[in-house]
Amino acid sequence: MLTKQQIAQRIAQELESGWYVNLGIGIPTLIANYVPEGIDVTFQSENGILGMGPFPFDGDEDADLINAGKQTITAMPGACIFDSATSFAMIRGKHIQLTVLGAMEVSDQGDIANWKIPGKMVKGMGGAMDLVASADNIIVAMMHTNKRGKSKLLKQCSLPLTGVRCVKKIVTNLAVLDVVDGGFKLLEKAPGVTVEDVQNATEGRLIVEGEVPDIKI
Amino acid sequence: MNKVVKNAQAACEGIESGMTLMLGGFGLCGIPENCIAELVNKNVNNLTCISNNAGVDDFGLGLLLQKKQIKKMISSYVGENDEFERQMLSGELEVDLIPQGSLAARCYAGGAGIPAFFTPAGYGTEVGIGKEVRWFDGKPHLLEAALTADFAIVKAWKGDKFGNLVFKGTARNFNPMMAMAGTITIAEVEELVEPGELDPNFIHTPGVFVQRIFQGEKYEKRIEQRTVRQKES
Repeated sequence: MLTKQQIAQRIAQELESGWYVNLGIGIPTLIANYVPEGIDVTFQSENGILGMGPFPFDGDEDADLINAGKQTITAMPGACIFDSATSFAMIRGKHIQLTVLGAMEVSDQGDIANWKIPGKMVKGMGGAMDLVASADNIIVAMMHTNKRGKSKLLKQCSLPLTGVRCVKKIVTNLAVLDVVDGGFKLLEKAPGVTVEDVQNATEGRLIVEGEVPDIKI
Repeated sequence: MNKVVKNAQAACEGIESGMTLMLGGFGLCGIPENCIAELVNKNVNNLTCISNNAGVDDFGLGLLLQKKQIKKMISSYVGENDEFERQMLSGELEVDLIPQGSLAARCYAGGAGIPAFFTPAGYGTEVGIGKEVRWFDGKPHLLEAALTADFAIVKAWKGDKFGNLVFKGTARNFNPMMAMAGTITIAEVEELVEPGELDPNFIHTPGVFVQRIFQGEKYEKRIEQRTVRQKES
């Protein structure tokens, strides 16, 4: 099984030089720590910065420089800052090449739910609905099952949706899967995990073709 | 045109119970601290507040929530505030949650004379319920209406007496669009300067959108998530 850090590390292998990338809160944020050597990407945070850098050194925090998770950040040389309308123009206008976000549920048609549990928890969608409605390349980073051991990869999402038919790829602690016509296609499995383990943890339709290689970190 | 008022009290003159207000800021970053404190003092209530977030329990718009001065919030993200969640789940507070990009665009549209626009965000979700759908380039889009407010209250880093504003860092966020969409826009700034001191090439919000401006005091600028790394030895 992969740790959260390893999930981030595996997704970082998908990055390509020249891409502008939006990372959501949680596991996606960790991806910035694992950009492969020689790959040149620029991170966008939807509250209004392109060229987001690492956390500041202790004592250098600036209340006027945060990311969308409200964490203090730094700006890389060549960074730029803009208002929220311009930020979402970049997102809606498909100027951002990759979006990585967390999810509570994903369906085998690529629907995603991540903003509300009726009657229990309502945090709001933030920028997630704009991101998933427009981005062509969406990767979901999440655990394969929830805290009660229930699958998060479903036939149908049970929670209110964030977007429909938009998720392309999912990286979990158990597997890497593509969302294709007909279900979740198992591409890679975590070391020490069997295809049966992935099958048992997946409620939606799982497509397995031939040998499934291990995830390489 | 001199738009300077003395302080937050003078700036907030005319704000009454039942009005719709826009308040700039993302989390606690770039919020109009002085005017929020004045709204608490003024004790106006039944407010509809349009703001990306609702502050935290004891700062930002959380201060107005604590005193039950807000009837309805229009926001995109309300986590980090227990009192907000409590009031919303119990039904005391009306909440309209809308996608962040649509919120920004709706404020911009309100200030720019665009009554409505189509966006893909929210199609197929609760957000789309009751909204007109139209297909463009083979994709469904929702009709979203512009937002305006009786008063828009924004916070800038520097401003001049004509109302020209410059923001600092990611404290810019929603402030420029909200400044455009207020019937009366109040700008509180950290530093109020004479006309000519700000480089016209680097003005973020043109003064035409601002009706009242004052230099705020004692900015607390609270940090919600202080994240740091250690210097390598």
